[in-house]
Amino acid sequence: MSWELECKKISEGIRLRVLEHTINHGGYLSQACSSAEIFSILYYKLMRLGPSVGRLVPDSFQGTPSKNNTSKHIGMLYNGAKNPNLDRFFLSPSHYALTLYATLIETKRLNKKSLNQFNIDGSVLEMIGSEHSPGHETNGGSFGQTISQAAGVAWARRWKKEKGLVWLFLSDGEFQEGQTWEALMSMAFHKISNIKIVVDVNGQQVDGRTSDVMNLEPFLKKISSFGACVKQVDGHNLRALNSAFETFHKDKPLVVLAKTLPYKGMDILEERYPFLHYIRFKDEHERNDFKNYLKQMKSKKL
Amino acid sequence: MEFLKRVHAKNILKWGKTNDKAIVLSGDLTTSCEIDEFRNAYPERFLSLGLMEQNMMSFAAGLAREGLIPMVHTFSVFMYRRALDQIEMSIAYPNLPVKLFGFLPGVTTPGGASHQALNDIAVMRSLPNMSVIETGDATDVESVLEISKNINGPVYIRMIRGDIPRLFPKNDPTKFKKARKLSHGSDIALFTSGICTEESLLVTNLLREKGITIQHLHITTLKPFDDCLIDEAVTKVKYGIITMENHTSVGGLGTCIAELIAKSGLPRKLIKIAINDTYLHGASKNYLMNEYKINAKVLVCAVEELVNEKLDISEMDVSQSTKNDSFSENQPEAL
Repeated sequence: MSWELECKKISEGIRLRVLEHTINHGGYLSQACSSAEIFSILYYKLMRLGPSVGRLVPDSFQGTPSKNNTSKHIGMLYNGAKNPNLDRFFLSPSHYALTLYATLIETKRLNKKSLNQFNIDGSVLEMIGSEHSPGHETNGGSFGQTISQAAGVAWARRWKKEKGLVWLFLSDGEFQEGQTWEALMSMAFHKISNIKIVVDVNGQQVDGRTSDVMNLEPFLKKISSFGACVKQVDGHNLRALNSAFETFHKDKPLVVLAKTLPYKGMDILEERYPFLHYIRFKDEHERNDFKNYLKQMKSKKL
Repeated sequence: MEFLKRVHAKNILKWGKTNDKAIVLSGDLTTSCEIDEFRNAYPERFLSLGLMEQNMMSFAAGLAREGLIPMVHTFSVFMYRRALDQIEMSIAYPNLPVKLFGFLPGVTTPGGASHQALNDIAVMRSLPNMSVIETGDATDVESVLEISKNINGPVYIRMIRGDIPRLFPKNDPTKFKKARKLSHGSDIALFTSGICTEESLLVTNLLREKGITIQHLHITTLKPFDDCLIDEAVTKVKYGIITMENHTSVGGLGTCIAELIAKSGLPRKLIKIAINDTYLHGASKNYLMNEYKINAKVLVCAVEELVNEKLDISEMDVSQSTKNDSFSENQPEAL
């Protein structure tokens, strides 16, 4: 099977799983719609990760990191053991957690039963992911911090002469945080080029359209003027994403702006646009509409 | 008393030679934080991050995740005020071994409210996983690199710089979680930290001459606050306890001792000599210590209050004592 077909199947699986869980409690569904292709190509094709060394069904929460807690930092185990020649992945907008868990299931790094623990008290599969949540290396919930941490990791890996790359997933809203620009400026200044950044440019945030809340345009120009190598592509086009990441970027970080639709692959969401940040159901009637939609999606599965 | 120049500069240069994973980070205050000599000697281990303290904190966390020892240098206010969320979420929450060297505590700078770290101990002490250390002399400053290296987690170090006194023997390094006993006694228990220790020493001899015995401890570790020497001093004291610090009266050394007294259940009177819940302004150290009542004169009054007796120590005696210690060579503090 071609890598594209594989990625399509993974993307479909991500959307279905996230929709299933959203029907139970509401949740971050549009983020899965906008980013499914990005996650699938990262995990299936682009990133060089070792096999997961995390448990297929994770243990319950064992406490936050501390001087006496040896169970800390377990989330990153699902991206493989640390290895100088392999890549590392950082998810910055931690509310994409469910999308990441679904990706890990679709790429056999997590057992599908684990999702029964999603957002349940005492589980590590939290709604907004943290260090102990599968696939996560940082707590990115306070925006703009993971990019600086990833920059630090990239600088250190270069300093140690490691070959592995650093991959970072960002959301467009995070570019309203000053720290994001600080991080870009410092990466360009220190010529950090062993980092590849993908931005889910879904053009929406909690209060509505990004252009109505705090406009980012001219987005590409701004990022480029901060010294990064920038490519803009259709974030649902796997081939375009793939070739964007092949861009040569000497002495600069690579930023791929993936233009996406927050209701891609799920028409039922379109009428709610642009208020898609967190899906809630007013009543059972609305919930049933989504249940029926899920059935339809499943019957058309690849 | 001996005064030394740029102790941290020389010390980190020497220490950095054998600690080859130490990466020094600067927020455009390289000479001001005494890391210029390190930069010149080890440019490949020096990271200039400009005026972006938020990025610098999270960046340091990334270095620590890779097994390096990031040593972040800037003025304290730009750490605990400007970049607190980054310190909490990028460094303290994951318990990463990032060493934060914060300069310009309280009255030590004429830079005014924007530059004076007034409540840094209170804020940093409240962070889970964070250790907090304050320096008061050259030996303290020389000891903190080795102390911080051995802490499995983040540590905030309140630094003094420039011309600083040698109060304690060079060959008796400061230890983590261990107060330094400066005198024995049971009338008064006196706990001092940072520059207030030097200030208190101006009058403790005079007080002793008046027959007051003092259990005097110099405190460097403010978190964890767990030291049997302190417990013992609180338990044995006859008249009462005095704390003296270059910090707001809320949440610093005085509060640590108050919490300890409350826990012990002992009836102990406590006088906190500290900056009384106010911001400062730009002026010299001696002026500010006098203006905001954290100087030796205030210490004499506190002792008098506890023993309920006038001790007949004049300002002349105090200033005579000051003169003997010869501050004349010290340049006024600059930025």
